Amino acid sequence: MLAKRIIPCLDINNGRTVKGVNFVNIRDAGDPVELAMYYSREGADELVFLDITATVEKRKTLVELVKKVAAQINIPFTVGGGIASVENAFELLQNGADKISINSAAFKNPALIKEMADEFGSQCVVLAIDTKKEADGKWYVYLNGGRVKTEMTALDWAKQAVASGAGEILLTSMNNDGTKDGFAEKITSLISKEISVPIIASGGAGNMQHFADIFQNANADAALAATVFHYKEIEIPVLKQFLSDKKVNVRL
Amino acid sequence: MKIAIVKYNAGNVQSVLYALQRLGIDAVVTGDAEEILKADKVIFPGVGHAGSAMEYLQKHHLDKLIISLKQPVLGICLGLQLMCNWSEEGNTKCLGIFNVNVKKFDNSILKNKRAHFKIPHMGWNNIYGLKSPLFGGVKENSFVYFVHSYYAEQSPETIATTDYIVPFSAAIHRDNFYGVQFHTEKSADTGIQIISNFLKLA
Repeated sequence: MLAKRIIPCLDINNGRTVKGVNFVNIRDAGDPVELAMYYSREGADELVFLDITATVEKRKTLVELVKKVAAQINIPFTVGGGIASVENAFELLQNGADKISINSAAFKNPALIKEMADEFGSQCVVLAIDTKKEADGKWYVYLNGGRVKTEMTALDWAKQAVASGAGEILLTSMNNDGTKDGFAEKITSLISKEISVPIIASGGAGNMQHFADIFQNANADAALAATVFHYKEIEIPVLKQFLSDKKVNVRL
Repeated sequence: MKIAIVKYNAGNVQSVLYALQRLGIDAVVTGDAEEILKADKVIFPGVGHAGSAMEYLQKHHLDKLIISLKQPVLGICLGLQLMCNWSEEGNTKCLGIFNVNVKKFDNSILKNKRAHFKIPHMGWNNIYGLKSPLFGGVKENSFVYFVHSYYAEQSPETIATTDYIVPFSAAIHRDNFYGVQFHTEKSADTGIQIISNFLKLA
């Protein structure tokens, strides 16, 4: 049976991981390669690298990083953060990334999704959506790291993106992100039901039960978290055992 | 040992190269007939579209070359699918090494059931019914990593099965030809075991 996936997310700035404490057995938790190897050994099912570097050197350091990560780990990984063209994506995929996550650039230029899907296949194209529930009860798409509101709902955008060729949706709830109160079950569940591709839930993980809930109540295919893993509040082997005991199918 | 990875227009071979490097093996990525013919083992990877991949292979005469190979050949993902008879993807006639067809996953047959099967089949799933030296030291129901929307049907040549909507061929074997639908190069320790088993095949 297809397993539910646990995905640590590593924020990268100038080639270094942003969050995190020092782990035992890791020389340098700021080194994305070392951290990636650590999570891979711990049983993470996939990794996501999100580049938040704002400098012009960004592209070069990211390609170098992808090369090093791909040489060292043997689980799939996704790279995202400011990727705006087929050429950008090609360079990262050629160097060993498995999937490319696109967000604002795809919203501003929806043709990008189809271009990437035609060029590399849908399985390489992850559409990341940052969404926030407003007073009117609707979940709107936000761009530029959550700074710019749009008038499109997350569900409409997800449907449109899947029709254009997105192979997976990475849904981050801004209402939940950073709260540690759990994932956004309702919107995850709604989108999961309405679209045909896998959905990764992100934002709000605080304890192990939250992971069980997003899989069992909202039918997420994968759950992504950063802080709880980087600060070792939740350890992946313990989490997976917990989920397995709760009858969630995970890779042990 | 000389390993050739077939170079064509489908997908990213870097991960396969890295996986071999971690095993201390150097491989050449090549579309050159001479080099492929003289290799001890040939890996035929691929991520992409069956139709455009077959067109490329035919144009570069790689189709007949692959069929004629006598050394162990391992097709991975699209590589496996191209080694079958026919693919529903682009209604494509393939190499015909394995006597099976490749179909698209169809979750409409399960509409009334509670489970919602997403397509592509993406993530870690179990392989069972393992019957080949390719799986030496690999436990039944081990998890491996899949990403695909098309699958090879079950056949007498199936050497590993996975269930997703329907049971399908996770791996196939005929003579010196082996195919795996999953990504050995991304399947953690199980994947490494399978690659090293392949490298040991005579």
